[in-house]
Amino acid sequence: MFEHYLSIFITTVFIENIALSVFLGMCTFIAISKKIDAAFGLGIAVIVVCLITVPLNNLIYNSILKEGALAWAGLPEANLEFVGLISYIGVIAAAVQILEMFLDKFVPALYNALGVFLPLITVNCAILGASLFMIEKDLKFGESVVYGLGAGVGWAMAIVVLAGIREKLKYSDIPDGLQGLGVTFLIVGLMSFGFMSFGGISL
Amino acid sequence: MTVKQYKQILSKPLLEENPITLQILGICSALAVTSNLSVTLVMCVALTSVVSFSNLFISIIRNYIPSSVRIIVQMTIIASLVIVVDELLKAYDYETSKKLSVFVGLIITNCIVMGRAEAFAMKEKPFVSFLDGLGNGLGYSIILIAVAFVRELFGAGTLMGYEILPLVSNGGWYPANNLLLLPPSSFILIGLMIWGIRAYKKDQIEPNEYKLSRHATAPDLSKRELNV
Repeated sequence: MFEHYLSIFITTVFIENIALSVFLGMCTFIAISKKIDAAFGLGIAVIVVCLITVPLNNLIYNSILKEGALAWAGLPEANLEFVGLISYIGVIAAAVQILEMFLDKFVPALYNALGVFLPLITVNCAILGASLFMIEKDLKFGESVVYGLGAGVGWAMAIVVLAGIREKLKYSDIPDGLQGLGVTFLIVGLMSFGFMSFGGISL
Repeated sequence: MTVKQYKQILSKPLLEENPITLQILGICSALAVTSNLSVTLVMCVALTSVVSFSNLFISIIRNYIPSSVRIIVQMTIIASLVIVVDELLKAYDYETSKKLSVFVGLIITNCIVMGRAEAFAMKEKPFVSFLDGLGNGLGYSIILIAVAFVRELFGAGTLMGYEILPLVSNGGWYPANNLLLLPPSSFILIGLMIWGIRAYKKDQIEPNEYKLSRHATAPDLSKRELNV
């Protein structure tokens, strides 16, 4: 059992890295990777939110939306999958809001460290993407907890690595037109080619 | 507003203020769905219609949205539109909808849609907002179609599934460049495209924060030219 969970975790972190293999959360990935500190804070926030929302959406999908899930209420034919998207994004928005209030009240140090990144996460497609992939893979509750953690950790790792490379870049002489956004795209492309080498590993 | 201003709102996001190459918005889907031109076209139509109609609807009710809950209201409108698009696609073009997998759903969190709603539709009148949405959707489409064109033509030798360059494996003369079919190649293509656009539009060049002085030998900290 433990091995099964471990293999899901390793697969989501390295082989199907949510930033570098599926390219989700790219806008924040590129916009907020100039400094390692900021990247690290955002990474932690993504891990926490992924870990909460993916299992929560799994519960909602399996106990309410899935075809036949409402059989206990006398509605065996109800299939609410078409309202899926709006419920997942609602859950994510609500979870982020509650997390923000909770941290503000009980862990102010972490709240201040995360700063503006927390509300930004609602519109980060890595979070919604993780939930949607979880539905597509049809994971059980326990697996979805591991999957959420893995997705968050993979994304956080990737953004910290990119921020490290970009901090080093300030010593290099880049052509004017490539400065900033252009060269970042090229770097992410190369990083992502690197991550493709994990693709050959099967667990 | 005059017709000229309308035209400007529509045409500005195409090249001058392109959402992908300048505003860093909506990059995620630009990468994952561009290996095949026909799939890309469907994605472009889906995104353009969602962004123009969400701009229209949000602009219509903009004076009634309390600013404290505006994100949730915008999200609800966008999510409903995306569900409509998703269901339509499943009904009429199931094959493509399978290929796009989660990326249609991810239009909800596509920053172009949220970004334009927040930056434009909350302030301007409905018709202008609709045009702005349309313009930004088209700006996104131009980049996506260009990337998909290069990737499909040189990666697989086809366009929209029709053979253009006969492949060596099919008895032709063109050796396929498989590298272009891999998703990371779209990063490189967009990077080069940004370089091209900025070589033409010099004002988009980002200032270098850490400028090296010419023929620098040792850091002269008194001049603050070399920020080590």
